[in-house]
Amino acid sequence: MTLEEFRKIQSRRNFFKECAGGLGTIALANLLEKDGYAASAQPSANPLAPKIPPFAPKAKNVIFLFMEGGPSQLDLFDPKPELKKWNGKPLPESITKNLQLAFIKPTAAVLASQRDFQKHGQCGMEISDYLPHIASCADDICLIRSMHTDAFNHHPGQLLLFSGTTQVGRPTMGAWVVYGLGSESQNLPGFVVLSSGVGTSGGASNFSSGFLPSTYQGTMFRNSGDPILYLSNPAGITAAKQRLDLDAIRDLNSQHLESTGDREIASRIASYELAFRMQTAGPELLDFSKETPETLEMYGVNKEPTRPYATNCLLARRMVERGVRFVMLMHASWDDHTNINTKLKKNCDITDQPAAALIKDLKRRGLLESTLVVWGGEFGRTPMCEIRKPEEADNAGRDHHPVAYSMWMAGGGIKGGQVVGSTDDLCFNILEDKVHVHDLQATILNRLGFDHTRLTYHYMGRDFRLTDVEGTVVKKLLA
Amino acid sequence: MRRFFPLVFALVIPVVSPAQAPVNFSSDIQPIFQKRCILCHGPNLQASGLRLDSRAAALRVIKPGDSAASRIFTMVSGAGPKVMPPVGDRLTPQQVSLLKTWIDQGAKWPESLDTTHWSFRPIQHPEPPAVHDRAWPANAIDRFILARLESEQIAPSPLADLATLLRRVSLDVTGLPPTLEETAAFLNDKRPDAYERVVERLLDSPHYGEKWARYWLDLAHYADSDGYEKDLVRPFAWRYRQWVIGALNHDMPFDEFAVEQIAGDELANASTEQKVATGFYRNTLTNREAGVDRAEARFEQLIDRTGTTGTVWLGLTVRCAQCHDHKYDPIKHKDFYQIFAYFNNADEADIDAALPGELGPYLAALPDYQKNCASLLAEYEIPKLQPVWEANIRKAMDEPGKVLDWDFAVTAIRASLDHAEKIIRLAPEQRTARQHKALTDYFVRNYGPDIEKDAAVSAKLKDARKKLDALDESFPALTQAQAIEDNPQPSATHIHLRGDYKQNGAEVYPDTPGFLPHLPPGVKPTRLSLAQWIVSPENPLTARVAVNRMWQELFGRGLVATSDDFGTQGDRPSHPALLDWLATEFHQRGWSQKQMLKLILMSSAYRQSSRARPDLESRDPENIYLARQSRLRLSGELIRDQALAVSGLLNPVIGGKSVRPPQPAGVAELGYANSVKWKESTGADRYRRGLYIHYQRTTPYPFLANFDEPDSSLTCTRRRASNTPLQSLNLLNDPVFYEAARALAWRVENETHGSFEDRLNYAFELCLNRKPTPKEKDRLATYFHVQPDWVGLSRVILNLDEFITRE
Repeated sequence: MTLEEFRKIQSRRNFFKECAGGLGTIALANLLEKDGYAASAQPSANPLAPKIPPFAPKAKNVIFLFMEGGPSQLDLFDPKPELKKWNGKPLPESITKNLQLAFIKPTAAVLASQRDFQKHGQCGMEISDYLPHIASCADDICLIRSMHTDAFNHHPGQLLLFSGTTQVGRPTMGAWVVYGLGSESQNLPGFVVLSSGVGTSGGASNFSSGFLPSTYQGTMFRNSGDPILYLSNPAGITAAKQRLDLDAIRDLNSQHLESTGDREIASRIASYELAFRMQTAGPELLDFSKETPETLEMYGVNKEPTRPYATNCLLARRMVERGVRFVMLMHASWDDHTNINTKLKKNCDITDQPAAALIKDLKRRGLLESTLVVWGGEFGRTPMCEIRKPEEADNAGRDHHPVAYSMWMAGGGIKGGQVVGSTDDLCFNILEDKVHVHDLQATILNRLGFDHTRLTYHYMGRDFRLTDVEGTVVKKLLA
Repeated sequence: MRRFFPLVFALVIPVVSPAQAPVNFSSDIQPIFQKRCILCHGPNLQASGLRLDSRAAALRVIKPGDSAASRIFTMVSGAGPKVMPPVGDRLTPQQVSLLKTWIDQGAKWPESLDTTHWSFRPIQHPEPPAVHDRAWPANAIDRFILARLESEQIAPSPLADLATLLRRVSLDVTGLPPTLEETAAFLNDKRPDAYERVVERLLDSPHYGEKWARYWLDLAHYADSDGYEKDLVRPFAWRYRQWVIGALNHDMPFDEFAVEQIAGDELANASTEQKVATGFYRNTLTNREAGVDRAEARFEQLIDRTGTTGTVWLGLTVRCAQCHDHKYDPIKHKDFYQIFAYFNNADEADIDAALPGELGPYLAALPDYQKNCASLLAEYEIPKLQPVWEANIRKAMDEPGKVLDWDFAVTAIRASLDHAEKIIRLAPEQRTARQHKALTDYFVRNYGPDIEKDAAVSAKLKDARKKLDALDESFPALTQAQAIEDNPQPSATHIHLRGDYKQNGAEVYPDTPGFLPHLPPGVKPTRLSLAQWIVSPENPLTARVAVNRMWQELFGRGLVATSDDFGTQGDRPSHPALLDWLATEFHQRGWSQKQMLKLILMSSAYRQSSRARPDLESRDPENIYLARQSRLRLSGELIRDQALAVSGLLNPVIGGKSVRPPQPAGVAELGYANSVKWKESTGADRYRRGLYIHYQRTTPYPFLANFDEPDSSLTCTRRRASNTPLQSLNLLNDPVFYEAARALAWRVENETHGSFEDRLNYAFELCLNRKPTPKEKDRLATYFHVQPDWVGLSRVILNLDEFITRE
């Protein structure tokens, strides 16, 4: 592309759409050249422009309901009546030999769950009485009872779940997905993070772009103030005044583009225009006035304690409708070392109804087919009991358990109404169909149309990928 | 330029077709094989039975003289159904065409090929090449650049105009824009060495150390907190930053600069400053999550120290050998753990590192402080309570699994108090004063389950804590520093199979990688000898890596573009002879970084205009030949510095603690369990330069994160310059920038009293070091007509691409 041609294109309004994003235009010119050589690839100037994955995708969007801290599978998804026999006694030594736990000793006594599990849906999936709403979606859910991970501490566990390694500094799942697929939204970021509850162990490292361009990092939507940092004009600047300033900025930048010939300035102009559109799109996204009262009620937007999580779930659906590729909802914390019955109830009361509403709402709008919903934390919890204040009634909790725990998925090419994997009677080890977090990642990428071994980025001398050097697609999960 | 190739722009120079130029195997083809093919078709793996590391074997897919009949060509060109390489980008058209030409020319593959990778060969001492245009080169650097340009038949660009040049060199050397006075002085200085004087003035400025320290801190991956879940503040991390600024300002020779950071503590009679330098290795993250396996956490830190050593000093991706032999470079799995062993022999240590002026007040206040402290502790019966608690902790350490509460207390103290186990097992009289204080401070905050159950005692201790804090607050304590020091009883180092902490392989001892020159015989392998080996003249990497990074900072791209990787996967140097010449100069000039910078800054290559060259758009889009300078977007820190400087808000104090300028509510709250506190700095501290902003790893300052501040978990050798709408929102709407716009407007309105045009000139000169063009003036006059508001106009200028760019 010569500068002459470039100037012609520049006059087309469409240009700004194609050019917004984070990659320098010079680098883009090279990409174009490369892409031009590859017969199939559609050259595009915008790193966030939608891209076609190598295989026909089943899912277009992902909503990851991240339950930070490690929810107890024993009390929510994996009933173990046998445990009642062991209640108060230590596990057999054959099981706990060489076991390393975060806080308790392997000799700690077993804590049987006090939850009541009933069969739900046509499939008869057993789910705890703490999750009545999610239980009503049993036929849409694929429950994995055989998850396992390598890390037994929060931050490393979260890093492994989202970046494929326990070390800080790698790109995370959302960043990889947007890197691979781009975004369909012209006015909103491609990867958005929402949070409720307290802060998470992993903080920004759970949605970092690592060494990928920062264009791909998760944009945090905030719960108070501006949903996106600096979305509002400074006090006293009206939208009209903002536009006047932006017009002047654009015109002066254009003049400078003429005189320097540096196309990076064109990208800068486009970024300012996109910023302005975000200033409109952001508030529109947050405006629930066009939602029906029935919808609001279904999520629980206008009541406690569901309000914060319901708001985020509804926002997630609205984002997916508007083309946001990857939405991550963090809820912290499920780290119930003590008082597990009361603390778990509290978190379930906050999240159960909104999460179920999200599935139902996506389904009735025909969006569930193309939206992959994932629910889970960085690990599960031990069948053994952790007591920090023995003198308090109901003080019992559970320690971290990476060896066997549960997660569920729905929509997006996942076969609902089934349970995959099982654990032993103590919920200590997996009996069949082990699914490592790397396998989960491989499966998520598979549904989006990628071979996880080929979605790579070259950095510091080698090709990196989300699944590190592991991962197998779990066929049983697929629809 | 005017006398050079006068016809260049008039003629269309026929691009030499690759088909006519002879293709050289070792410089053109082997690197492609090495980079894209050898992993699967080489010594490690022979996919489909093919290897491309010897001609005989490669002939299976290569038919010399006939590219069309060569399967390798069908596959890499995409002409056939099967495409190679199967992973990553396709080969570029240039690479495919080189390969085609090479095959058609007979696939010449020299018998005796020096297979040593270029960067592992000794540094050459090349003579600057002869050039036709004798006038353009300002120094030897230019002859290397020009020789390449002449061979490509490209003319260099004219020199930048003086005002642009002054802004460029000021930003590059000090990170601050020139003042109006400095500009006027330079433009009016008709002496032939006016520019050289400016360069020297800037290199002598104490702001030079600040600008270049920030770059060094990227390499050290500096931050003000631990990272990981707890992410505790490191209250004295800044002391190392102070050391870097000072070392750069004093132009400490780079070899000393390296030795002190790697092993300052091992130097004979090491000074405090030399120990502070080892803080370089204290920027690794610390995981204090209570349940963490301490030994594994330390292992992770050592992995980082080893990897950082490879990248920063040697430009090698040694970290690839954590799990297995490096797949591309000759770094063995064992080599990694041999370097690791040097650091396994060292421990973290916090030391007193008083700054000038601190000792007097400290000593004067000490007797009273000790007296008050002792009586306060006695008042609360701490000397009675603490030993009981200590005994309980020791007991739980010895017999875990007995009492859950005490087990938990042990886990917690191990995680939060460095060397907890060692300290608590020392008899009280054997503890140093620092250890005493650390343990007592810990105790009054974490008094264990017994006291927790006793409401009266725990309430008293909470009271004691408040009083102790108040006492500490009023005491002029000495500044401390994070350092490393030798462990008298180092633990053995093993190879870790698959990089797994739990899987020990053979024991190894400190040593240097086998493919590089060896340690001199008889030298004891200490960190100091490692450091001296790194900076020894025989080491082919260190000087090349260091000068390349200077080049990168001044041109936006290193002579080796992959400044983090000088191995076979990295890019080859665009100007290999120049790189070696610079490395040689660096040695000969006593490793003086300032002299090297001056040399580069004085070159015509550096002083060229950065205007785009339409004639080179397709030939040299990345500006590899350097027929012009580049426009470089400023780093986040420097964008902040510009805004504060031009608006008159900047507080130019050098060094000191980190500051917390205003950040939106809700940002710090994203940290773990709301434990991160962002206590906004007050007064002049709000207006310090960007490099002093407190870096909390889990909740980085949003403005800097938006502008590509590197994640501080790993070493970073080159920053990106992304261009995103979030940046636009940030510059438009962040109160910090709006405040700058208001201050700039105040200056324009109060410091000039002329017409709109005078004022506009003034604003432009302050911000962009130039007057507006007539077109710009027209446009802004229209703006001002609709909206007569200098704040708005200032805001427009502060948001211009030019304002955040070094031209």
